[in-house]
Amino acid sequence: MANRKSVIIKIRRQQTPEAEPHWEEFSLPWKPGMNVISSLMEIAENPVTRDSKQTTPITYDSNCLEEVCGSCAMLINGKARMACSALIDKLDQPVLLEPLSKFPIIRDLSVDRRVLFENLKRVKAWVPIDGTYDLGSGPRMTMHQQEAAYPLSRCISCCCCMEVCPQFNEHTNFVGAAAISQVRLFNTHPTGAALKRERLTALMGDGGIHECGYAQNCVEICPKDIPLTRSIAEVGGAVMKQAIGDLFRR
Amino acid sequence: MAANPKIIVVGGGLAGLSAVIKIAEMGGHVDLFSIVPVKRSHSVCAQGGINAAKNLKGEGDSTWQHFDDTVYGGDFLANQPPVKAMCDAAPGIIDLLDRMGVPFNRTPEGLLDFRRFGGTLYNRTAFAGATTGQQLLYALDEQVRRYESEGKVTKYEHWEFLSAVLDGNRTCRGICAMDLRSMEVRTFPAEAIIIATGGIGAIFGKSTNSVVCTGSAQSALYQQGCYYANGEFIQVHPTSIPGEDKLRLMSESARGEGGRVWVPRTPGDKRDPKSIPQSERWYFLEEWYPKYGNLVPRDVATRAIHKVVYEHNLGIDGKPMVYLDLTHIDPKILDRKLEGILEIYEKFVGDDPRDTPMKIFPGMHYTMGGLWVDYKQATNLPGIFSAGECEYQYHGANRLGANSLVSCIFGGFIAGPAALHYARNVSAAPGNGHFDSERKHQEDNNATLMKADGSENMFKLWRELGDLMTKNCTVIRYNKNLQETDAKLVELLERFRRVNLSDPSQWANTTIAFARQLYNMLQLSRVIAQGAAMRDESRGAHYKPDFPDRDDKSWLKTTKATFAPDADEPRFEFEPVDVSLIPPRARKY
Repeated sequence: MANRKSVIIKIRRQQTPEAEPHWEEFSLPWKPGMNVISSLMEIAENPVTRDSKQTTPITYDSNCLEEVCGSCAMLINGKARMACSALIDKLDQPVLLEPLSKFPIIRDLSVDRRVLFENLKRVKAWVPIDGTYDLGSGPRMTMHQQEAAYPLSRCISCCCCMEVCPQFNEHTNFVGAAAISQVRLFNTHPTGAALKRERLTALMGDGGIHECGYAQNCVEICPKDIPLTRSIAEVGGAVMKQAIGDLFRR
Repeated sequence: MAANPKIIVVGGGLAGLSAVIKIAEMGGHVDLFSIVPVKRSHSVCAQGGINAAKNLKGEGDSTWQHFDDTVYGGDFLANQPPVKAMCDAAPGIIDLLDRMGVPFNRTPEGLLDFRRFGGTLYNRTAFAGATTGQQLLYALDEQVRRYESEGKVTKYEHWEFLSAVLDGNRTCRGICAMDLRSMEVRTFPAEAIIIATGGIGAIFGKSTNSVVCTGSAQSALYQQGCYYANGEFIQVHPTSIPGEDKLRLMSESARGEGGRVWVPRTPGDKRDPKSIPQSERWYFLEEWYPKYGNLVPRDVATRAIHKVVYEHNLGIDGKPMVYLDLTHIDPKILDRKLEGILEIYEKFVGDDPRDTPMKIFPGMHYTMGGLWVDYKQATNLPGIFSAGECEYQYHGANRLGANSLVSCIFGGFIAGPAALHYARNVSAAPGNGHFDSERKHQEDNNATLMKADGSENMFKLWRELGDLMTKNCTVIRYNKNLQETDAKLVELLERFRRVNLSDPSQWANTTIAFARQLYNMLQLSRVIAQGAAMRDESRGAHYKPDFPDRDDKSWLKTTKATFAPDADEPRFEFEPVDVSLIPPRARKY
């Protein structure tokens, strides 16, 4: 592997949301430690296809390149993952790059993932503090509580879990695993729990948690190893309990 | 007088979001502009923690001690009153973040845990694993989303700031921005604007910064008449992981938790590091700086690593790298306190730092310099405020680790209310023709770039810029090289006029956005190179072997650059530093 001379990359391109997609193939000189992002940078510097056709730099989303901002999710050899941490030496060639398929295409590998941020609004994914003025320290928390909350709080909003979910599509309006896991995070926070009821209600209606089909793809694809199925199970139980309680309160 | 003023905040990292929250809370309306969705801002990359002298470890720490460490760490170049105000506010900021739900690490009693960072002898750094910046940004992002859902904040994500709209009196009346998808150029009125656009790493090609950290907005404002202060002070972080696309940060918290820096005593020693006995390892930081050891400030550690690699020729395997060793620490503790950064090393290098010493080298990390602001975060142009890494105020000649997050939030908390107060009292503009003329001006710029069919490839120009600035404007500086750098920058600007934009399309054209950024990077680079050439002394991160000592008599002053449009280059003036609280003393760790 180490002395490979060149790297072949095939990219599915689409110039506008309405345009027809097409494929372009590039051949790049192999360098140690190269990843998908450094390859895309290389193409920008010399936008010429493998068959010597002049083309344009690839449009894609990226920012931190440390797998913490969540920008550069795409399909790499058919798998939803972050491009910055996709090391070329660990990928089969030719390397196939495609945009995530469940989100509106902007251009090339860039897609519109605003639906997740809208879902976070819908489930009120925040702690309702009184204000930013000095009100003393926060609630005391055990190490155990912190250790349970922290992994959930590392979600980078990359939307890989939604991409691989069979239920996440225009028919169901399913809210997806990421937002459900945030509900679990905020419902278990001592102050965040004040909105627990509203969050669970938000997960009852159209596209709510009942749409989950337990495919478990989400937990397998998550680049941050967030226990998403556990979150869905816990939040699902809470939704059920609340729904039954409401029935008897009528 | 505007009863219900509108404020524009540009940049959605910690500083920008802090300002937004304060303004929304006080009843103002905010238009928030960001190149990326704000939750993906560069603040997520901060790893190790945030400083506040809460004194929860029985060490007798105090906000005054934090203030003293910060001023001393910055080699006395920072104006002292705002630094003191920041250190005094820091414990309250931690409490607020805690209330917002940041999962800070805890002690067995359930209190906030603190660790040690560089440039202090106290455990003063609160942390959430090793992804503290991410956790803080998310907490603020969530509060802003709450205000957004209440209609108090309007987000313009995937929009890039191009320029301020200035009226005939050079008072700011709004901004001109570009939609990075439709490429539409549009002006937006506001009574005041806050610039919180972060760092300038892209000027150095590869750095620890995110892709969006180009300094383009700061440079545009400097070219419109804002002062740019202390541009020559660039922090090179001692421990980064060299990569093809960027230099990934390896947090100072690795040393805060006991990590040790060493090299084999024999040049070119090819043995597996774990098989090299203690007696054949050189823990040079511990030997040279017995009091602070591995936790000397960043400029000191960076120069030491340079010396070991380039003067003693002791880089690992003859290459520019040294070991950062965590293997003597209990892996359970590492997982609990450093997981995020261990994961980065594992994913990007392929080795497990719990078993194998990491290989690291210094990398460009932070700019202490930035837009000049007064103690209320106001720039010299009325109506333009600034907060965060893009302004110069809190760190002097060198920033201490874990002070950036607190300065971002504190700066935003000052800028927000100050901008709102200004906005409520500013009189209306004398006319509004300046909106059309600014938009036309920026549209013309785009049109010129679109037509550019020269022979220069701008990504290659950028690479040349990065190599040039990294070589001559980082750790070690010589006047001859700095002057050559400036001459070369003029040449690059000349070549920029002959670029060839390989993409003429009018939709999501990243090439044209980058071309505009590159031009602004080139202009700002001249401020850095010329400022460094002028300052004949060594202070903090600015080190000249030909002038190895700090010279308070000549250089205890702030560098202020202004742009001379006719000459197309910077002019410099200097301003005394307010050292009214702590008299300058020699900096010896």
